[in-house]
Amino acid sequence: MRRSALISGALIILILVIWEAACRGFDLPDFILPMPSRIISVAVFQAPMLLPHAATTAMEVLVGILLSLTVAVPLAMIMFARPAVENAIAPFLVASQAVPVFAIAPLLVIWLGYGIASKVLMAAVIIFFPITVSLLEGFKSCDSEFRILFQLMGAGFWKTMRLLYWPWALPHFFAGLKVGVSVATIGAVIGEWVGAQQGLGYLMIQANARLKVDLVFAAILWLSVMGVSLWILVGYLEKKVITWK
Amino acid sequence: MLSVTNLSKRFGDLSIFENFNLELPARGFTVLIGPSGCGKSTLFNVLTGVSAWDGGSVSWNGETVEYLKDISAYMQQKDLLLPWFSLMDNALLPAKIACQDKKAAGRKAQSLFGQLGLAGFEAYLPGEISGGMKQRCALVRTLMFERELVLLDEPLSALDAITRRSLQSLLLMLQVEFKKSILMITHDIEEALRLADDVLVLSGCPMRVLDRIPLDGPKLRRLDEPQLIRIKEYVLDLLQEELER
Repeated sequence: MRRSALISGALIILILVIWEAACRGFDLPDFILPMPSRIISVAVFQAPMLLPHAATTAMEVLVGILLSLTVAVPLAMIMFARPAVENAIAPFLVASQAVPVFAIAPLLVIWLGYGIASKVLMAAVIIFFPITVSLLEGFKSCDSEFRILFQLMGAGFWKTMRLLYWPWALPHFFAGLKVGVSVATIGAVIGEWVGAQQGLGYLMIQANARLKVDLVFAAILWLSVMGVSLWILVGYLEKKVITWK
Repeated sequence: MLSVTNLSKRFGDLSIFENFNLELPARGFTVLIGPSGCGKSTLFNVLTGVSAWDGGSVSWNGETVEYLKDISAYMQQKDLLLPWFSLMDNALLPAKIACQDKKAAGRKAQSLFGQLGLAGFEAYLPGEISGGMKQRCALVRTLMFERELVLLDEPLSALDAITRRSLQSLLLMLQVEFKKSILMITHDIEEALRLADDVLVLSGCPMRVLDRIPLDGPKLRRLDEPQLIRIKEYVLDLLQEELER
């Protein structure tokens, strides 16, 4: 773990050094490709200006995650309990992922307005699918011998769900959640691009129009930090919850 | 007393057993031995109601029953301990599912932990203990069912010879101290000869009883006795013939 972290760190530093050297060597202007040192300086020194935007995006992402969990978890359980429901819903689930989020973003902004609701829904739409599918697959992967054991102990479906299926599916659930939180910012930012009054996506559009590419990159950097932090947080929760692995 | 009369089970065109008969006296220890895949585990699945039988009848103490699920405790080849529960929580699973009094169940489990040499390991997770201890814990869980009939499907097959030998005496404890009637599947002829009151030698598919061998004398028999050597050779010959058939 420590070794892989070192390798990752070294790789990032190498890319940044090459990038910095290329910008300096080719004398690239900031509005084409700013130097990493410039981006980091903007990200740090303009933090007071970036922070409210980041807070808005973070709020959209977090509420989106909660919303998608609220729908995905019961849905996966119902689909597992009733295969007929799974068969009926599966095509809609797949279709919801086949439609690009860019296509539905303008509609959501029209329906839900420029506030955070449309962005929350965008984030939730993106996160919902990996969580539902991975949780459902987790339930299905339960060893049949354990199912038989519970059957013989006279456990009903919901008791089996609580004591067997859920703990069994937890590693799958966290894998889906990790994927979900990694891409959650995409939904929120796309929503902000289409129409918003605050948020890192909104800031990027504004900065881009003024050729402040360093600020665009600074916003991307903040988004990346947000995504990685969420990923690490989920990993931490996973370790705390799945203590037996 | 368990009586199985003319029991039949088919999977499509394949007859697993037909007109299969079996009698297990109260507090008896009967061992089923036969070629791999002959249908022994299917017999247990059918008896416990995991899958339906196609014909015949089963009676327990003279009363015809639909299946033995509520009469028997079934211990499978794998320990099937839930990795997220401590050994004590695993042992208490039948009581928890049956909503039994927690304190009484806890006292009983604690006493069984002591009797089966697991005292002090109650809080351990299954992943932290040896295979032999896992099987003992599975045995405690089986005893927590409080059922007179115990079905054991190769409970010791995954263990090394020394651990297996020490657990054989625990199986006898089930019969003598806990007053259980035991029906056990094994591939180990020596194990059968050491423990059983009766050995039923089974044929390949469709499964039938080739011979019933009653055994006398004190249990945990020494296998260097001439009579047991002869029986072992006889059983091996029967199984060999069956394999060559």
